[in-house]
Amino acid sequence: MTTVLQRPQIKIPAPDRRVRRERRLTWIARHSIAIVLAIMFLTPVVYLVLLSVMTSQQALTSDYWPNSWHFENYVRVFQVTPLPRYLLNTVIYAVAATGFMLLSSVPAAYALAKLKFRGRNALFLTVICMMMLPPQVVTVPLYLMWAGYGLTGSLTPLIVPMLFGDAFCIFLMRQFLLTIPSDYLDAARVDGCGEWRTLIRVVLPMARPGIAAAGLFQFFYAWNDYYGPLLYTSENESSWTLSLGLASFHGVHHVDWNLVTAATVLAMIPIVVVFFFAQKAFVQGVTLTGVKG
Amino acid sequence: MRLRRNLTTLSFVAPLLIGIAVFFLYPLVSAVYFSFTKFDLLTVPQWVGLENYKRMADDPFLLQSVRNTLWMVAVFVPVRIISAIGLSMLLSQLKRGAGVFRTIFYLPALAPPVAATIAFVYLLKPGTGPVNTLLSHLGINGPLWFNSPDWSKPSLVLLGLWGIGDIMIIFLAAVLGVPVSLYEAAALDGANAWHRFRYVTLPTIRPVILFATITGVIYTLQYFDQAAVAGSIASGQAVTGGGISTAFGFPEGSTFTYPLWLYTVGFRYNALGYANAMAVVLFVVALAVTVILLRRSKAFSGEEQ
Repeated sequence: MTTVLQRPQIKIPAPDRRVRRERRLTWIARHSIAIVLAIMFLTPVVYLVLLSVMTSQQALTSDYWPNSWHFENYVRVFQVTPLPRYLLNTVIYAVAATGFMLLSSVPAAYALAKLKFRGRNALFLTVICMMMLPPQVVTVPLYLMWAGYGLTGSLTPLIVPMLFGDAFCIFLMRQFLLTIPSDYLDAARVDGCGEWRTLIRVVLPMARPGIAAAGLFQFFYAWNDYYGPLLYTSENESSWTLSLGLASFHGVHHVDWNLVTAATVLAMIPIVVVFFFAQKAFVQGVTLTGVKG
Repeated sequence: MRLRRNLTTLSFVAPLLIGIAVFFLYPLVSAVYFSFTKFDLLTVPQWVGLENYKRMADDPFLLQSVRNTLWMVAVFVPVRIISAIGLSMLLSQLKRGAGVFRTIFYLPALAPPVAATIAFVYLLKPGTGPVNTLLSHLGINGPLWFNSPDWSKPSLVLLGLWGIGDIMIIFLAAVLGVPVSLYEAAALDGANAWHRFRYVTLPTIRPVILFATITGVIYTLQYFDQAAVAGSIASGQAVTGGGISTAFGFPEGSTFTYPLWLYTVGFRYNALGYANAMAVVLFVVALAVTVILLRRSKAFSGEEQ
């Protein structure tokens, strides 16, 4: 059907000079708009970087361009603020949350995508509802629960729940696993593989892009998370993460703006690095969340 | 045999089942119960019936936070979607450097919200910020942005547009997925660019628009980080005890979103019963929106596709 529609290109007349000129003009227009927009998208980061290498006096002025370049600000911010502590906490949170999430959520996503059992639809609907639930709805009861165990003031309330599945990542990986043909699984089962062995030997290697996407989302989520650390760790500064530390720099420590911006840039760098190494898996993952209805 | 299969299945989903019970159902039920009580971190919940719900009607800050969140839903969500469609259309038609542009437009979406907000507060600083400096060179008196009650929410929208990358990628995939044959058929019928967009692209990507609208509303209902950070940093005030900034909502409560006010009520004023009543209302609204999504979108049904 489509091939028939595509073939007859004859009816479109060969471009004459006027048409060609018009095309070139739209080409230029489109690329100009794209370039202007790209500059606007880059400006905030470029400005931040420039500000971070100024002297603290110049950072208070309306200058765009540093009079002299003080890259040592990036060293100083580690010395005069608790940034090393924040960084360590953020890494602990992001790595542990991602690892735990994968342990608990990959099997659950596999079951929801490929195993037949009673209540599967209900379970999947519950996962969707969890995913859509604003975290503030359950904030107070959960806080009281963790406070009851004396675990507020630490990152534990943010990490431990990841051992019990993350709704968004389960949803994402389920959508990916649906695209794997069941024939492969049936073949493995016929060969005598149990479900767990089928998952580990057959599904995991094929589902690597989907699992990578979910892992990246979880890592980025934890790295960027502000609400969770604010809720559970704000009473204990030694548990603060980067996001919380950055937001509090202004008041708690009398730090200069060039140092605050240096720390802000530092918080963005790992995200950019990880993104460039895993761009494909990530873009694929985003696309997967927007599956056509 | 059957028992064994059930046990195997159970071993796959057991952690999730525990998670649902402990971190979803239990706090949800507790929130409903607590919403009928009065207590703080030091006292035991005391039954007060519907008092918390009645109190909501007389709380001027609550009404303001509802208005703020509704403003965000009405402006933030459509502006983001329309811009994302425009950007993805532009990207899909670029012949050169589409990959580079895609990366540039996408990356800000990954920036930590706190970092992005700090960057925008600096960028839009009323006195010495580069945006207002540029505007003054053009003879325009720039607004106070995050320091003005009228401009603080539009400033948050600008910040949201900067981080538009995630939904842009979703629309880009949808736009690129429109069959070329449809465009060709339309071109043969003499459709111009606008007609091709209006009658070919738009109908084809409609499911994605619906998806983006609903997830956008859900996202806006829980909009917290940027509003909290923008308020406290723009005010220049100290972040005080317990990490609750006295400057949340700055200026003049214009950035108090509903969840931000909920958090403030619960953890600054320690009115935990009242905060739970607010949480229950939020839950009902979010659930209603989710039900619309589930009804309209096949991807979310548990059926095999």
